[in-house]
Amino acid sequence: MAAFTSAVAPGAGVLPPPRRKIEVCDLRLRYGDKEVIHGVSFEVYANEILGVIGPAQSGKTSLLRCINRTIDFTANARVSGVIRVDGEDVRAVKSVYDLRRRIGMVAPLPVGLPLSIYDNVAFAPRTAGLRKRQNLDVLVEKCLRQASLWDEVKDRLDSLGTKLSGGQQQRLTIARALSHQPEVLCLDEFSIAIDPVTTMRIEDVLKKLRSEMTIILVTNLVQQARRLANRTMFLWKGEVVELDTNEVIFSDQPKDKRTYEYVNGIIG
Amino acid sequence: MQTDAPARFAETPFVRKKRRGELLARCVFGAMTLAMIVPLLLIIGYLVYKGAPLLSWEFLTTNPTNGMRKGGLWSALLGTIWLVVTSLCVSAPIGVFAAVYLNEYAKDNWFTRVVHLAVVNLAGVPSIVHALFGLGAFVLFAGLGRSILAASLTLAIMTMPVIIASTKEALASVPLSFREACWNVGATRWQTIRRIVLPNSISGILTGVILQVSRAAGETAPIMFTGAVFFKKIPEGNLFAYSLSDQCMALSMHLYTVTTQVTNAPEALPYAIAVVLLGTVLLVNATAIVVRVYLRSRKKW
Repeated sequence: MAAFTSAVAPGAGVLPPPRRKIEVCDLRLRYGDKEVIHGVSFEVYANEILGVIGPAQSGKTSLLRCINRTIDFTANARVSGVIRVDGEDVRAVKSVYDLRRRIGMVAPLPVGLPLSIYDNVAFAPRTAGLRKRQNLDVLVEKCLRQASLWDEVKDRLDSLGTKLSGGQQQRLTIARALSHQPEVLCLDEFSIAIDPVTTMRIEDVLKKLRSEMTIILVTNLVQQARRLANRTMFLWKGEVVELDTNEVIFSDQPKDKRTYEYVNGIIG
Repeated sequence: MQTDAPARFAETPFVRKKRRGELLARCVFGAMTLAMIVPLLLIIGYLVYKGAPLLSWEFLTTNPTNGMRKGGLWSALLGTIWLVVTSLCVSAPIGVFAAVYLNEYAKDNWFTRVVHLAVVNLAGVPSIVHALFGLGAFVLFAGLGRSILAASLTLAIMTMPVIIASTKEALASVPLSFREACWNVGATRWQTIRRIVLPNSISGILTGVILQVSRAAGETAPIMFTGAVFFKKIPEGNLFAYSLSDQCMALSMHLYTVTTQVTNAPEALPYAIAVVLLGTVLLVNATAIVVRVYLRSRKKW
C-alpha cells in the first residue's frame, strides 16, 4: 500500500477535495417488478481504486452494467436516477459506444474471443476505426504489457486467445479492456476463476494502473478490497450500507455494525 | 467373491443391476441406430442394382426421347438444378438475415414469440399447401405464369422457415459471453455479429441451408402446379438452356410421371432416375459435410 501515486491516498490528512470521476445519484434498477438496486448514491474519485464488496445478489454486477449501459441489453431492466461520468449523464450521451470505450469492463469469467491473441486486443481499436497496422502493433504490445501478459504470448500472438489458460485469458480480457484506453476500469470479481498467483500478479497490475485511470473493483473477496482499494463500498441487498476509506471500513469501528460483521465474516 | 473378509471392491447387487442397465441401454440405442442404417443402405443398394443397366454419362446428358422410354433425363436434371439454385438464391438470404434479426436484434416480447411460433409451424405445413399458395400467389396473382420463377419461389417459401429455424439455432450456439465482451468494448451489434457471431456460426448456418437443397430437389407437389411440366425438349449440354420464365422438367416430377403415366417404360428407368435424384442430393450434402468439417476444424473455442 506504499506505492500511492494518486492524490487521494487514504488517511493522507487534509487534501484538496478529489476530482469526481463518476457520480451516482439515487440509482434505482428494476428487473420487471423486482427492484434490485434501491436508490444508491455515491461518488468515485479520479485515480482511486474503489472496492465494492457485498454478498451475491447485492446488485454489484448490475451496478457496473448501469455505468457502461450494457444494462440496455436486458429487455426488462428499468433504470432511474442519474449516473454521471465526468459530469456527463450516461443516459444522455450522444454515442453509447464511445461511453463504453471510456469504461473498461472485465467480467468474472475470462472471455477470450474466438480470435487470435493479437485480434483479441486489437478488436476494440478496430471497431473504433483504427486500421493502421503499426499503430495497432504498438497498442497491442502496450496493453499486453500493462496486463503483464506480453512476455508469455509475444511469440504466439497469432494463436487463439481461447486456447490460453484461464489466468492468461483473464489477463487477455484485461488487456482487451485496456485496449480502448478507458478512463475507468471496472473489474467484476475478476479473480474467481483464476489461481492465487495470477490474482496477485493482476493485483500488482491494478496498483500500477491506478496512476492512469480510475478503477472500480467489485469483489467478493473482502481481503482483496482491503489490499487494493483506497475506499470501499459495502453493498447489501441493493443498498449502500457504508462507503468510506479502507481505514474506516476495515477498522474495528466502521459506522455501520453490518459492515463490521460482513468484513469479519459474521454475516454474509 | 469367496473371501472371508468382505472384499473392498466386491460387486454388490446394486452394481450388477447398474451394469445390466448400462448394457441394456447400450444395446437398445445400438439396435435403433442399426434399424436406421440398414434400410438406408438397402434402399440405395436396391436402387443402384435395379437402375444400373441405364446409368451412364449419356443418360445424364441427353433428353428423354420416344415418349420418355428412351434417352436420358438431361432436361429433368437441369430443371431440378435450376429450381433448386433459384429457390436457394431467394430463401437463403431472406431466411438467414431474418434469423439474424430474430436472434440478435429482436426484443424478447410477445410479438417475437408469435413470430417464432409462426416460423416453427410454417416449417410443418405440408408441401401441397405450399403448392396451392404458390399457384394462387405467384402463378395467378403475381402473373408469373407457370414458370421456373414461380416454382422456385414456391420452393423458397417452403424451405425458408426451416432455414430460419436452423440459422437461429446456429446463432444461438455462440455463447452470449462473446457478445457481451464485444458490447463492453463499444462494439455495435452489427460489428459483433460480423466479427464474432457469424464467423462462429457459419458452419451451422451453411449446414442448415444446404440440407434444404435435398428438400427442394425432392418435393414434387410444390412444383407440379407452378412450373414443372411432363416433357420439355431443351438443347443438350447447355447449362443455360432454361430461362426463369420457362417451364421446366424436374427429376422428382419426372420420376412420378415415368412410374405412373408412361406405359412400357424400361424397368430400369424409374430406378435410374431415382439414383440420379438421390445422387444429386447426396453430392450436395457431401459438399455440405466437407464445408462443415473444414469450418469446424477452424472452430475456435
